[in-house]
Amino acid sequence: MNTTAQVLEKNKERILEKWMQNQLSDAALRDDLMTNDELQRQSREMLDGLLRAVSKGNYDNIYDTEFEQVTDTLRDISITRARQGFSPRETGAYVLSLKQAVIEVLVEQRKDDTSMLYQEIMQLNNLLDNLSILTFETFIKGREEVILRQTDEISEISTPVIRVWDGILALPIIGTLDSARTQVVMENLLQEIVNTGSNIAILDISGVPAVDSLVAQHLIKTVSATRLMGAECIISGIRAEIAQTIVHLGIDLSNIKTKASLASALHLAFSMTNLEVRRTERNKGLKLMR
Amino acid sequence: MIVMTKDTMEIVREQDVVPFRNRVREFGTRIGMSLVNQTKLITAASELVRNMLKYASGGRVILEVISHNAKTGIRLTFQDEGPGIADIAMAMRDGFSTGRSLGLGLPGAKRLVNEFDLKSNPGVGTTVTVIHWKHGR
Repeated sequence: MNTTAQVLEKNKERILEKWMQNQLSDAALRDDLMTNDELQRQSREMLDGLLRAVSKGNYDNIYDTEFEQVTDTLRDISITRARQGFSPRETGAYVLSLKQAVIEVLVEQRKDDTSMLYQEIMQLNNLLDNLSILTFETFIKGREEVILRQTDEISEISTPVIRVWDGILALPIIGTLDSARTQVVMENLLQEIVNTGSNIAILDISGVPAVDSLVAQHLIKTVSATRLMGAECIISGIRAEIAQTIVHLGIDLSNIKTKASLASALHLAFSMTNLEVRRTERNKGLKLMR
Repeated sequence: MIVMTKDTMEIVREQDVVPFRNRVREFGTRIGMSLVNQTKLITAASELVRNMLKYASGGRVILEVISHNAKTGIRLTFQDEGPGIADIAMAMRDGFSTGRSLGLGLPGAKRLVNEFDLKSNPGVGTTVTVIHWKHGR
């Protein structure tokens, strides 16, 4: 066992106490997300692992086996904190406040040997900096996982094909239509036309914030593909400002049936399939009975 | 002409288009531009930014709120270091495209905004400046 490790081991309780103090004095600490007992337990576990690794004399490579427990605990803490919604600052402060505590204790213990103190501080600095980089790396990875999951969820919910009537499909498009999105929309729509044997599809673009020439081109392609399958396509949800921009852009949608609202598109679809929706008069039957 | 607010955005990926458009919308809302004029400007901006991505693989846009003769408006400057446009007159023609698109981007954008200026040096890059006033004129 080397001397630095001995000094640290001897003062373990003091380091832990100081570290806890540092963490608790940080104004940004989220005691709503974690209890003090839990923090204490976590910190003790972490310090134990660190001292064990230091006693082996390893200050450089945190990816060696003796650091396994430390890095595992740290990763665990970072990931959990990322998911719980801690800020990067709070997560980073965890290791950085340990550094402060360790250095404070070392300064106390090595008052008479400054060259030794200097060397020890340099080594521990290096080590704890590496650990805090690991914390950040893991924290960001945790956040990225959240983002990736959300991206998946969004693409899953964003292109539903709804069967509004026998033979009539509606496809509400929300957000921007890029090439990848159009591909998904087109595939879903064409597949659903086959599955349901529908002959009318309504593309509703109420949720598309801006229609530029690329979006228009994608829409025209989708309509052509639908027509090739023998189905008719109606584009609905063309708002006033969208209509004006389309005209100024010079996009020709004149051979496509377009409507301002989904309701009027559905109305058109009904008349195309010779359907009629009527209000029934309930009293009629009663009169006859009387 | 007085510049009141200025912001620069780097456009390098297709994913940058939506945040950029939202930024333009934000600028439009801030000066009280009507929805129709906002949509016109956003659509023109969207065309130009897509051109930048497609032909010059990215560039930067300067967004400015400007004031001139008691009129408030938004000026967008699109700069890229792409291959440039050899024949500007041809590129401004409806239906002309070197990239299998509708060929309405440049002429359409010009019709959508109040002022449109295109400068291009083949091999050096292209700069497009558009101005749209708050009331659309």
